[in-house]
Amino acid sequence: MDIFVQQLINGLVLGSIYALVALGYTMVYGILELINFAHGEVTMFGAMVALAVIGAVMGVAPELPGILIVLAGVLVAIPVCMLLGFSIERLAYRPLRNAPRLAPLITAIGLSIVLQNVAMLIWGRQYIAFPPLLPKGQYEVLGAHISNLQIFIVALSLLVMLGLWFMVKRTRLGRAMRATAQSREVAQLMGVNVNTVIAATFVIGSALAAVAGVMVSAYYGLAHYYMGFLLGLKAFSAAVLGGIGNIAGAMLGGLLLGVIEALGAGYIGDLTGGFLGSHYQDVFAFFVLILVLVFRPSGLLGERVATRA
Amino acid sequence: MRYPIVSALLVTLIAVAGCSPKPEVGSEVIKIGSVAPLTGPQAHLGKDNENGARLAVEEINAKGLSLGGKPVKLELIGEDDQADPKTGTVVAQKLVDMGVAGVIGHLNSGTTIPASKIYADAGIPQISPSATAIAYTAQGYKTAFRVMTNDEQQGKVLGQFAVHSMGAKRIAIIDDRTAYGQGLADEFEKAAKAAGASVVAREFTSDRATDFTAILTSIKSKNPDVVFFGGMDPQGGPMAQQMKRLGLSAKFLGGDGIQNGNFIKLAGAEAEGTVASLPGLPLDAMPGGAGFKQRFEAKFGPIQVYAPYAYDAVYVLIEAMKRADSAEPAKVVAELPKTDFEGVTGRIRFDAKGDTTGGAVTLYQVKNGAWVVLETVK
Amino acid sequence: MPVVKFLRQRPQLTLLLLAILLAVLPFLVGASLGKSWIRVLDFALLYVLLALGLNIVVGYAGLLDLGYIAFYALGAYLYAWLASPHFGLHLPFWAILPLGALLAGLFGVLLGAPTLRLRGDYLAIVTLGFGEIIRIFMNNLNAPVNITNGPQGMNLIDPIAFGDFAFKGTHHVFGIAFSSAHLYYYLFLACVLLAMLIALRLQDSRIGRAWAAIREDEVAAAAMGINTRNVKLLAFAMGAVFGGLAGGLFAAFQGFISPESFGLMESIMVLCMIVLGGMGNIPGVILGAVLLTVLPEALRYIGDAQRALLGHVAVDPADLRMLLFGCALILMMLFRPEGLLPSRRRQRELHPEEGPGEHASLYDSRG
Repeated sequence: MDIFVQQLINGLVLGSIYALVALGYTMVYGILELINFAHGEVTMFGAMVALAVIGAVMGVAPELPGILIVLAGVLVAIPVCMLLGFSIERLAYRPLRNAPRLAPLITAIGLSIVLQNVAMLIWGRQYIAFPPLLPKGQYEVLGAHISNLQIFIVALSLLVMLGLWFMVKRTRLGRAMRATAQSREVAQLMGVNVNTVIAATFVIGSALAAVAGVMVSAYYGLAHYYMGFLLGLKAFSAAVLGGIGNIAGAMLGGLLLGVIEALGAGYIGDLTGGFLGSHYQDVFAFFVLILVLVFRPSGLLGERVATRA
Repeated sequence: MRYPIVSALLVTLIAVAGCSPKPEVGSEVIKIGSVAPLTGPQAHLGKDNENGARLAVEEINAKGLSLGGKPVKLELIGEDDQADPKTGTVVAQKLVDMGVAGVIGHLNSGTTIPASKIYADAGIPQISPSATAIAYTAQGYKTAFRVMTNDEQQGKVLGQFAVHSMGAKRIAIIDDRTAYGQGLADEFEKAAKAAGASVVAREFTSDRATDFTAILTSIKSKNPDVVFFGGMDPQGGPMAQQMKRLGLSAKFLGGDGIQNGNFIKLAGAEAEGTVASLPGLPLDAMPGGAGFKQRFEAKFGPIQVYAPYAYDAVYVLIEAMKRADSAEPAKVVAELPKTDFEGVTGRIRFDAKGDTTGGAVTLYQVKNGAWVVLETVK
Repeated sequence: MPVVKFLRQRPQLTLLLLAILLAVLPFLVGASLGKSWIRVLDFALLYVLLALGLNIVVGYAGLLDLGYIAFYALGAYLYAWLASPHFGLHLPFWAILPLGALLAGLFGVLLGAPTLRLRGDYLAIVTLGFGEIIRIFMNNLNAPVNITNGPQGMNLIDPIAFGDFAFKGTHHVFGIAFSSAHLYYYLFLACVLLAMLIALRLQDSRIGRAWAAIREDEVAAAAMGINTRNVKLLAFAMGAVFGGLAGGLFAAFQGFISPESFGLMESIMVLCMIVLGGMGNIPGVILGAVLLTVLPEALRYIGDAQRALLGHVAVDPADLRMLLFGCALILMMLFRPEGLLPSRRRQRELHPEEGPGEHASLYDSRG
């Protein structure tokens, strides 16, 4: 029993991380129908910038409490990533808004390669350790271990999701975003400045990516210029699973993917007598994804948009 | 419909012709190739290998080297194989074309094996500082050597050490599904079983993963005394942390992939007590070891893992050239099996296949945030 | 350009010149740039084959496939199983290559069948999943029964051989030395020409028009009586056959295969080739494949160029290579999203104001 609870917690924390990153994908896709492959790299930049700031602050004022130092890192990483997101949209995606659908996909891949290599030039090829600044509280729940940071990550992603949901449903900008997602032309006719709305979407998504990046690297204790790629891929799958373009869907998809991976890796070896093992962890994730898409192409919470694409 | 093909070809030809290699520099220059991934997720290891080789080349040049009565200068040509087997063969052929006298590389077994075919066809000696797959030297090529113990040798030492010295009875094994991690873990499993331990869990991860909580929780339920990890430090570091976080109190054991400073940095305080092996004698115990470390770190920063092996590999190659009194590949290949060299990683000799023989394996443990020698197994 | 005009008026002469050029190309390249470039040429041809196959799926039928490399992997592994010491089988290549193509085609249908309802990015993500699943299986099927040898890969795969004439070492024919890289060049070239012929014939056939119809508007195509299910499955199968064939050739050429050669990035690369070159247009696809194979290799010479210009290497070429490659992809898309050599139909679609017809609702615009 305690093992099962532990696996659930493992999955929920991993899933919350996927969800945080997935929110950025889903916002951009919802409004532009564009897979922003570079989003994972923005996340990586967030972690890298924060780490650089943290290192600098620790050099100047090592006596500061750890939380404050990390906070300083986050506060610098957010605007840097916002600027990055804004520039990406302005330079690489906006000129292609009416191009064939594959063209922005290729620029996204190109951007992803460029950002990785720029990060490699700036921060080097090494894996960078995240200093142990955050307090390490541990609790035992039903025989399972859970840490402060884990609780914080789950809470944060829930909060961010709620905040986003509120923004999209209740604010003026949110209404403009929904209008733009429905029909760019009509929104424009209704007096929505479509360019501003799309830029805002990228900026908000990138801010989330910055937070997610710092969380990921604090939780796992490392950052690397290549870390964004796989994270982005998983998060994107999570967004599709939940119903891309849907904020609650990204959250649900992220959590589900995390739990599926944890339970799959944790139990399948014993269930199949060692025939299938944790080496098929990613297979379960993709398999569930395929099943969901084949039987419910719009994702779990999505509207039926698959045939429109 | 037809002229686009012509223009396509023309464009290609221009692209190709526009970047033709430089003409040969004087004949007194001996080119040595160094191949490793310099981009991608393993770039830090690749650059480390290249730096190790570079240091050796610079030292030899500074001291001066003469072959056949003429002074010669070494030139290191570093190439990027992206850890991709296909790119590895192209780069190998490129080095052969450039007329290298020998190759230090590649880093991964997956690139070393297909490339070894090309070096063998060209008769150029290849010394890998880090490829551990048994298959590399089992192909029967006269040109293939390595200064690193192979998976079998290291796995055996580790397996016996786990059972006899760490007192392990119940062992859990994790590997990262790379040629290196899986190879080492398989050999470890064989040796541990032969020594009388039982393997209670065999779990897997990937070389890109950072979250191991699911497999570690599953392992915890099997209650092992030792967890063995076949893989590298970027996974090993977080893995050690997550073990502690999950309350898994088994001892953590690994191979040369985690025996480095980066592991300690990444694992933080949770690195304490981790045991790992590294082929060869401890660097400080070697006559030139401490000096090497100092010179290397002054120039390139901290050693990742295999730089000392790349450094030794260059010396092994040059010593063979000296014995042959020539840089001619055929003569050097004939001399290499006779190698008996005291390098910074230990005494290097080759068996009939090109593997190191009698290579010692040293076991280390993390104590107070640094690797401390436990014992050396000859 | 007067030369172009001159040649365009004489198609037979152009064809003859082209044939001569292709025949002597490996010797030209080998003599001027070194033998490694013959290998690059060989790989370029393999990628042309792959790109031609993917072009059927993506370019003709408009089905975005991000898991295409799985078929390449299947072809390669089948070749390795049937012609290496692993199972002790050493079948001749002419038996294995068609089998590999067939197996890949079968998997193409298996993959295609459940995804028929999906379009666009959803299809992309599902195919991506399939591609990864195949790779993960190849990486792990070494236990409990050793089928693929797992991450260690499969080694000592037999080269292509006609009887006693094996594609290894150097052969002397009429006093000319042919290395194995030369021989593979001609073999790959023959395969590419065959594939081109098939692709060209398909394009203008009934099936090709059905693919175009589906690509433009699936509902309308179904209404016109096209069996969209069968036609789509055929596209998947045809594309996969090309991939499987290329995979078998790759295994024979390289002599060693391991799962790391069949990752997601490889699928993305092939897709980039056809988009960059000009989707749906065969010369464009070929150009894209050749460029993207040659470019990363050519960028290795940045170091030499720096040494020539500045006297020393200011920036490590390995640091810049992939960066420049990424920039090239972005700039290309920004300034010529239709690709270098777009098909005429696509050009019209993208620049409706320049050509006749105001057909603006193309399948892939955001309409």
